[in-house]
Amino acid sequence: MHRFLAIVTALLVGVASLATATSSPAQSKGEIVIGVQCDRTGPTQIVGTVLCPGLHDYVALVNSKGGVEGHPIKAIEIDHEYKVPPAVESYERHKKDGAVTMAIYGTPQIYALTSKLTEDRIPGTSPGFGSAAAADGQRYPFIFPIAATYWSQAAAATDFAKKQLGGSLKGKKIAYLFYDNPAGREPIDLLGDIAEQEGFQLKTFAVPPPGVEMGAQVLDIAQRFKADFVISHLFGGAPSVSIKELKRIGYPMRKVIGLVWASAEANIEGAGGFGVAEGYYAMQFAGVGTDYPVLNEIREMYKKQGKPAPKEMASTVFYNRGVLIGALHVEAIRNAVKAKPDGKITGVDVKNGFEKINNFTLGGLVPPLKITAQDHEGGGLVQIWQVKGGKFEKSTEWFAAYQNVVAKHIKESGAKK
Amino acid sequence: MIHRECGVLKTTYEADMGLYPLPIARWTVAVLAVLFFAVIPLTLHEYYLSVANLVWIAVIGALGLNILVGFTGQVSIGHGAFMSVGAYTAANLANRLGSPWPVNLLAGGLMAALIGAIVGIPSLRIKGLYLAIATLAGQLIIEWTINHVTFISGGVQASIEVARPRLGSMVLNTQRDMYYFLLVFVVLAIVGTLNLIRSRVGRAFIAIRDQDIAAEIIGINIFRYKLLAFAISSFYAGVTGVLYTYFLGIANYEQFQLGVSIDYLAMIIIGGLGSVLGSIFGAIFVTLLPIGIRYAMEAFGGIFFSPQTVLNLIPNLRLMLFGALIIGFLIVEPEGLNRLWRNIRSYFRVWPFAY
Repeated sequence: MHRFLAIVTALLVGVASLATATSSPAQSKGEIVIGVQCDRTGPTQIVGTVLCPGLHDYVALVNSKGGVEGHPIKAIEIDHEYKVPPAVESYERHKKDGAVTMAIYGTPQIYALTSKLTEDRIPGTSPGFGSAAAADGQRYPFIFPIAATYWSQAAAATDFAKKQLGGSLKGKKIAYLFYDNPAGREPIDLLGDIAEQEGFQLKTFAVPPPGVEMGAQVLDIAQRFKADFVISHLFGGAPSVSIKELKRIGYPMRKVIGLVWASAEANIEGAGGFGVAEGYYAMQFAGVGTDYPVLNEIREMYKKQGKPAPKEMASTVFYNRGVLIGALHVEAIRNAVKAKPDGKITGVDVKNGFEKINNFTLGGLVPPLKITAQDHEGGGLVQIWQVKGGKFEKSTEWFAAYQNVVAKHIKESGAKK
Repeated sequence: MIHRECGVLKTTYEADMGLYPLPIARWTVAVLAVLFFAVIPLTLHEYYLSVANLVWIAVIGALGLNILVGFTGQVSIGHGAFMSVGAYTAANLANRLGSPWPVNLLAGGLMAALIGAIVGIPSLRIKGLYLAIATLAGQLIIEWTINHVTFISGGVQASIEVARPRLGSMVLNTQRDMYYFLLVFVVLAIVGTLNLIRSRVGRAFIAIRDQDIAAEIIGINIFRYKLLAFAISSFYAGVTGVLYTYFLGIANYEQFQLGVSIDYLAMIIIGGLGSVLGSIFGAIFVTLLPIGIRYAMEAFGGIFFSPQTVLNLIPNLRLMLFGALIIGFLIVEPEGLNRLWRNIRSYFRVWPFAY
């Protein structure tokens, strides 16, 4: 027994020293750390388990090509189950590990960390998580929503509806089907303003959490309100239910557009497959599909290592968003290192690096963002893709709409403080 | 707490009810005070203090819930909602009136106590699982109200930013400042609960828990004391919510959803119902264990799997291990960590002469 214990202890000690040895490889130049938060086990795991590998694959690709100006990048990921206290803990851990930029995951998490990020002067991104008001770079200097906010998305969706309905919305009826939480309600006021300007009738239909029951709302939209177009802003399993229900009562799918969290392969498959959703429009803040040079490079990288491409790549909507998040962080670091050739960059340098990102498109996967000290959203650009013949097909190029209305709302929310 | 009480005989009721059961306990408390007020905050890295801060917040909340569930025997699944009442009261006062944090803290606690007492009214008629469902309804109603009434929630985002607390000219914004700030309230909460339990009110709570009809017969006003238990417990919850708001710098409704109420229930069940020390153990266990498991997996996971697989495995294995450990501890000692601790103590009290 004692012998056995001795062997086990020796093994554990050996293994532990091995682990510490492998975790700090010899470096040519100082390592640059990105703190990554993720949710692989909580309520949004269908997003996290695909999105985060995309981010890591892009970082691995950059490292395989020699890093950023010789500096290897290290993305440390911590899973927080979409809970706030673990997110606070992982933020402090990343800070201790020397992270100069953080990819925050989740709406309550970015809210909870906003004041810490600002006090510690570390930039944090929250693509697709909000808040829309954080697009104001003067008011939130260290928060970067980067992807189009819900305000920009709703504006773009309305503009798209206008084009689909023949160029004018006068006298038309638009239904806004939304998840009844703060993120779902965020665009309502803005849509109201646009409705006044364009002269269409807007009616909102709330779906209470957890969003698996919306037969009544859908019937109301299709048969009582008789909507000409539906903008659907749902999360989690709810988008699949909405597609299924709308299909069931025969509402034409080509008159429905889903905002960015109602637009992935998983949502379509959950509704019963691409055949059911034929015609459905999906809004995207990153390119969709496998046909981008950067994705080919990632596949090449895996091939060189003798491994098959990761299965997450097949779910292109979320995976490509992960690549986008990774790429923008790396690009910001690149700008920071270029400005400071000694490589000793801080959070403030990376923040300035983010604000220099201009027309960095990664072969079409990333919208041509122009992030400035004022505009941390980078223009609010989206693409719209349609479900057609078993896959997503591009309907529009990158565009933004009603920017004056969006700007007015950002300014008002800043003035309210 | 950790002493042998050999040869200490109590001859008066006052001595038996004393806050310090033994003279030496004063010294233990003094040593703990030095440890927590001086040694830990001055030697540890900020990261560890941030973890400690999360534990402190959980300790206050768990103590409050234990007063209601453990001591009075009234089940509540609305603790998270009472926290949000405190948080939004304080956030609104701070932003609309600019009142200082002590006022907001007290107001948040009192408002939560009021709402808690109202939600507690059904407890006069129903017990056990039925009361659990009634408090669940309270949780959902409060969540809905905060979410939809913009006067309370400060806008559709349902989040209100709050400036850091100030002490004179000093702004408490680092984790170290927050550590001291929160620790003061942890001490107050622990001393308050200990004193409550050995007072007339506390005895009445325990009598109601053990047999409410008998309690009524010996002259305890059930109506008053049940609502009082809800009010005190919710006061603690409200204070927790306010402290959490100041800790994060924002009140956001998604921080206080149903899952939070369940987490706090888990803490006091694992720690031990009806014990102050148990609440502290439970809060520490539930907050630290996932972090500890992650560290262990990060150290050893890389040997067996590729980095990408490890990233996927760590969170899932952590959840499984966490669940398994809870089940394990509860099988070993159904009355919680506090009982486990007492068993260890009584073993060593006679050690090495066990027979």
